[in-house]
Amino acid sequence: MRGVSIPVGFMPLVDAAPLIVAQEMGFAAEEGLTLALRKAPSWSSLRDMLSFGQVDAAHMLSPVPVATALGLGGAGMPLSVLSVLSVNGNVIGVSAPLADALRAMGHDFAFGDAEAAGQALIGAAASRLRIGVPFPFSMHAELLYYWLTALGLPAPQNVDIRTVPPPLMADAIRAGEIDAFCVGEPWGSIAVDQGHGALLLPGKAIWSFAPEKVLAVRSDWAGAEAGLSGRLIRAVWRASRWLARPESRALTAELLARSDYLNIPAEVIDRALTGMLTISPGGVLRSVPDFVEFHKGAAGFPWRSQGSWIAMQLASRTGLDRSRAKAAGAEVFRSDLYRAALKETEADLPGASAKLEGANAQAQEVASQSGTLILPRDRFFDGRFFDPAEDF
Amino acid sequence: MSGVLSIIVVEADRDRALQIVDSLRLAGDFDIQVIAEPTSLARQIQARQPDVVLIDIENPSRDILEELALASGPMDRPVAMFVDRTEEGLSTAAIEAGISAYVVDGMKPDRLKPVLDAAIARFRMFQRMRTELAETKKALEERKVIDRAKGMIMKARGVGEDEAYALLRRTAMDQNKRMADVAQALVTAAGLLS
Repeated sequence: MRGVSIPVGFMPLVDAAPLIVAQEMGFAAEEGLTLALRKAPSWSSLRDMLSFGQVDAAHMLSPVPVATALGLGGAGMPLSVLSVLSVNGNVIGVSAPLADALRAMGHDFAFGDAEAAGQALIGAAASRLRIGVPFPFSMHAELLYYWLTALGLPAPQNVDIRTVPPPLMADAIRAGEIDAFCVGEPWGSIAVDQGHGALLLPGKAIWSFAPEKVLAVRSDWAGAEAGLSGRLIRAVWRASRWLARPESRALTAELLARSDYLNIPAEVIDRALTGMLTISPGGVLRSVPDFVEFHKGAAGFPWRSQGSWIAMQLASRTGLDRSRAKAAGAEVFRSDLYRAALKETEADLPGASAKLEGANAQAQEVASQSGTLILPRDRFFDGRFFDPAEDF
Repeated sequence: MSGVLSIIVVEADRDRALQIVDSLRLAGDFDIQVIAEPTSLARQIQARQPDVVLIDIENPSRDILEELALASGPMDRPVAMFVDRTEEGLSTAAIEAGISAYVVDGMKPDRLKPVLDAAIARFRMFQRMRTELAETKKALEERKVIDRAKGMIMKARGVGEDEAYALLRRTAMDQNKRMADVAQALVTAAGLLS
């Protein structure tokens, strides 16, 4: 069965897995869909391909649809988030000279303590830190701003955050254009393998439940093609459930490694999937359980409060009206469409559509359709949290 | 924003860059500069203060230019990705041809149109050439593998060239496969067994 073909854009990253698996493992076909997957050369190209209709759905950085709703960046068509494709999955790395300086100061590269690592990084910087991120509107940039500002280094005012496309991150650090980076896997591991840097921290050490990539569509498409968008949500949800099985991992790495997709050795991709990262060219290993999450703890659920959190961060940096931004961000994350699409499936969905962001010190049971849904630990490293009901 | 329009073309390939510059010159009197080096692209562009930046959509460095769209300091020139709301289709045509244009905010579409028209035509040609090149390469590789498979059949079965080719073609038809795929399978299998 071929069914309806939907052109879908993606960037060659580990967290494009739910879309690739949906197509390759037949979950799209079960819904009568063929995902015509198109690899994009850059995030701005992918956003434009989506805005101008070259693709109908896209693997997208979670802040991009929110930024578009707030009129920031290359203004385009309004976008809607149908589901969250992945939670966490970024790494922060430093150049070889900076890694040496950190070691000389006695930093242990324990790879879990965001406060210790951040203080060490700020202390080791000889001059104004230059940090590479893949895109101005990205969870990478948001995590860095949050982390450094909380540690007393106001960002972006007192650091240079520079845009470096992920495949060029290793080159930029080797050339000495940046001192550190925050990037999605496998690109951090590739910088390590090429001997140009060391990994300092997984993104989840800063925020343990950060919505990283989303499934984005044009809002008018979501309205006109309610049937198709529902089928797409279900196909991706089943793909994420398959991804959550440990026995799927080896095949996932092989699928993603193909030249049509990431075109990178399966072994390097496997590191993100297992959470067993090589953090230095010398081969030091660190284990990060649930380094990237596709499914567990309702990972795919597009919480209205996630959209609000992102909007609030963008608004406070750009001087936009905060309460208006909060509402606009919430509207972008379409928990209503997600709920409607998964109503008749085995998916257990939370009763609420917004939550406190960063307020779960440990996994917690919440009210759901079957009453058994467990939300995982969701914590900012400094213990603050975001209440979407609060007035700003 | 009066006088001669200044344009920066971001293109690493020298021949392509020259061709783009030539087509732009035919379209009007512009001040054109080429940047080949992606290093510190944003700073280079900021230093030169162009009215328009043209970049291949396939170029991953394009994301760097998004930073320019955010520049807000008093010394910075606001730059926006060109999204024409007045003439529906021009930016879609640009994206389909594989080009992105960044322009200083507020520039009138009639000043930009000749630039984009010329660039779009040139980029369409590049795209055709890219496809043709890929197709030719594929055809050549397929012929090479078919020749190799043919040679192996001739040697193994002691038949002539025509007969070996016919056998290959018949097998492909019987299995409903392309001849190049059958030939590739044979070559791979032979490699494993030898």
